[in-house]
Amino acid sequence: MSNLEGLIDPGSPLYERRKGVYPKAVDGFFRRLKWAAMAVTLTIYYVTPWLRWDRGPYAPDQAVLVDLAHRRFYMFAIEIWPHEFYYVAGLLVMAGIGLFLVTSAVGRAWCGYACPQTVWTDLFQHVERAIDGDRNAQIRLAHSPWGLEKIAKRVAKHAIWIIIGALTGGAWIFYFADAPTLMRHFMAGDAPFVAYSTVAILTATTYIFGGLMREQVCIYMCPWPRIQTAMLDEKSLVVTYKDWRGEPRTHGVKKAADEGLKTGDCIDCTQCVQVCPTGIDIREGPQIGCITCALCIDACDKVMAQIGRPRGLIDYCTLDDAAIEKAGGTPKPVLKTLFRPRTLAYLSIWSAIGLAMLFSLGARTRLDLSVQQDRNPIYVQLSDGSIRNNYTIKVRNMEARPRKVVLKVSGLSDARMWTQDGGRASASDEVEVTVDPDSVLKVRLFVAAPSKGPERQPFEISAQAAGTNEKGDSDTTQFERPEHEEDEE
Amino acid sequence: MVENKRIDEPTGTQTVGHEWDGIEELNTPLPRWWLLTFYACILWAIGYVIFFPAIPMLHGATKGITGWSSHGQLEASMNAEAKRRAPITAAIAATPIEQLLANDKLKQAAIEGGRAAFKVHCVQCHGSGATGSKGYPNLNDDDWLWGGDIATIHYTITHGVRNPDHNETRFSQMPAFAGVLTPAEISSVVSFVRTISGQQQPNAASARGATLFAANCSQCHGPEGKGGRQFGAPNLTDAIWLYGGDRATITQTVMKSRFGVMPRWNNRLDPVTIKMLAAYVHSLGGGEAAPSAPAANVKP
Ligand code: SF4
Ligand code: SF4
Repeated sequence: MSNLEGLIDPGSPLYERRKGVYPKAVDGFFRRLKWAAMAVTLTIYYVTPWLRWDRGPYAPDQAVLVDLAHRRFYMFAIEIWPHEFYYVAGLLVMAGIGLFLVTSAVGRAWCGYACPQTVWTDLFQHVERAIDGDRNAQIRLAHSPWGLEKIAKRVAKHAIWIIIGALTGGAWIFYFADAPTLMRHFMAGDAPFVAYSTVAILTATTYIFGGLMREQVCIYMCPWPRIQTAMLDEKSLVVTYKDWRGEPRTHGVKKAADEGLKTGDCIDCTQCVQVCPTGIDIREGPQIGCITCALCIDACDKVMAQIGRPRGLIDYCTLDDAAIEKAGGTPKPVLKTLFRPRTLAYLSIWSAIGLAMLFSLGARTRLDLSVQQDRNPIYVQLSDGSIRNNYTIKVRNMEARPRKVVLKVSGLSDARMWTQDGGRASASDEVEVTVDPDSVLKVRLFVAAPSKGPERQPFEISAQAAGTNEKGDSDTTQFERPEHEEDEE
Repeated sequence: MVENKRIDEPTGTQTVGHEWDGIEELNTPLPRWWLLTFYACILWAIGYVIFFPAIPMLHGATKGITGWSSHGQLEASMNAEAKRRAPITAAIAATPIEQLLANDKLKQAAIEGGRAAFKVHCVQCHGSGATGSKGYPNLNDDDWLWGGDIATIHYTITHGVRNPDHNETRFSQMPAFAGVLTPAEISSVVSFVRTISGQQQPNAASARGATLFAANCSQCHGPEGKGGRQFGAPNLTDAIWLYGGDRATITQTVMKSRFGVMPRWNNRLDPVTIKMLAAYVHSLGGGEAAPSAPAANVKP
């Protein structure tokens, strides 16, 4: 061990041990907001897989389900097939733009309130406080020698953390299978291996990231603060220490005033530093470690109330407003800060994507046809002189019942078609195929047409449920013919 | 450079002493866990080198004490795949070729297997799309020299065409008419052939050719020139030509005759692969339904 200690010499200027962070409990408006955010996000996370949604006999009745085996994604009334994955892509783009929107309006609100790392860290810290006590007790315990009490407390704390971690990992797998069934199998020990390994990995990561590493994840591992800093501008709300009001920091205000010294509002009580979950001093200015959880605002507001000064020595404030306030002006109303061209632009892009997706969801058909022309051979000369092209078509029946589908050709005169099963004897101007419920049928379609005609002729193949006038689907493809030789003679 | 180290005022952090264009690097310490993770990675790498093939040598790489290798893994998965396919391979072996297409699952498996085998053994002559080329039949169309039902295709693949060493091979030979008919007569026959295939209008020459055709060609090609699969004699009235339907090519064919060969595969491929090839060729779009009796043409 001593050699290892040498390698990572604690005195080395290159490396440093982690400084303990023992955030103090605090109460206030933002703390309550954080409670609320935590309650909402955790509830969504744990409850969602247990919501039921009736989809009839052929489909699962779980409201939100990622069915990897059958490659379906269910979200309430919406069912997404792999070829409709653009909806998921669209949701991800919306999530991205939503993050831009939130960041440009209210800074790192995601980090402070909604990020899983923040939510679980917060949860773990509450557990810690319940067992070890608040900040001072925690520090005392950390430095006290190992004894029965310390061991008991440590074991209890880590055990509860691991249980929370396991519950976290445990909830995750329910998104990927029928939750009640999986729960039964999981408990009985005959769930698939991947379920157990997922729970094990997520338990470990939750415990390590949320319990052991906490602010280290935010400061050293997460790329998001770096990107976010680039997205903030001087009109974004950030947690700001109003140094023009606070400085010079003064311990004994009365005494200093008596002595005729200049006094600031900050009494250097370090409450703001003690409550900070990332252990930074916001009075040093905006910094990457600040997740804008605003707990320091709550802490300082309390102090200001006690010393009879107006609240908001530390407050949400834009850089622009900070400059205005410093110069003695009145800052812009918050609404104006929130709704400005940049946020409105994000908002309109965001809602345009959302509306477009809703619209296309409403307009999509549950019968889908895609046609792919065989390229090898491009065409085949038949003995009667006509030309045959081959196509591979996929008919997707996205309804939970078997359906007969009629395929037709349009825009190609005298075309005859047949499938491999029927053979040429069944050549006709339409073909009927049966598609199983909720599945894709792949058929090779042979289309023959007279050799007279353009060398490359676009035409359309359409699919419609037999005997209905439901909206079907169609796909445009090409008919290719050899170069014409008959002009030779 | 060391002597240039100093404390940066605004941050209170020591600089590393480098300076580029007035920009100095702060010596911000790494967290210790990061360093430990780095060391753990080094340990992991050392372990990796010990356990797995890692260091390239002149021939291959160091073995690694676990004995794992990607070649070994490939072999294992190939074996596993063969094992997985064993039941279906056995089923194909046990199914008579005439009934192979009746079972949908066997049919699909046979077509896919045939597709793979075709890419290895047949594309050299018939092309990757099985479209053939001059002298090599297009297997996609509906014109067959020897027959297009699966059993006949299977026979052709098994025994090949004109294999001198093999009794059951398909065999026929068109005589070369260069010394038998005069050039003028050959020209008339060509005119007749081009008439029955709709490539030119009947005229005096083709009328003369008709008589000559009846006397010399109809034994194999049939009285109407519709060909005879028993002899692998092509249908001369359709739009498909193995060597070409223009005057010059037909003249050449009549004068010197043609002699296409195809290897027999029963001495090179296993019966299951041959069955699968037949299923694949049959699936290309020209496959015919089984006739009443499979046409078997053997060397007389
Ligand atoms: S809590 Fe407020 S008064 Fe106390 S040190 Fe921080 S800024 Fe100053
Ligand atoms: S400085 Fe304040 S807002 Fe920033 S992380 Fe610390 S407590 Fe939260």
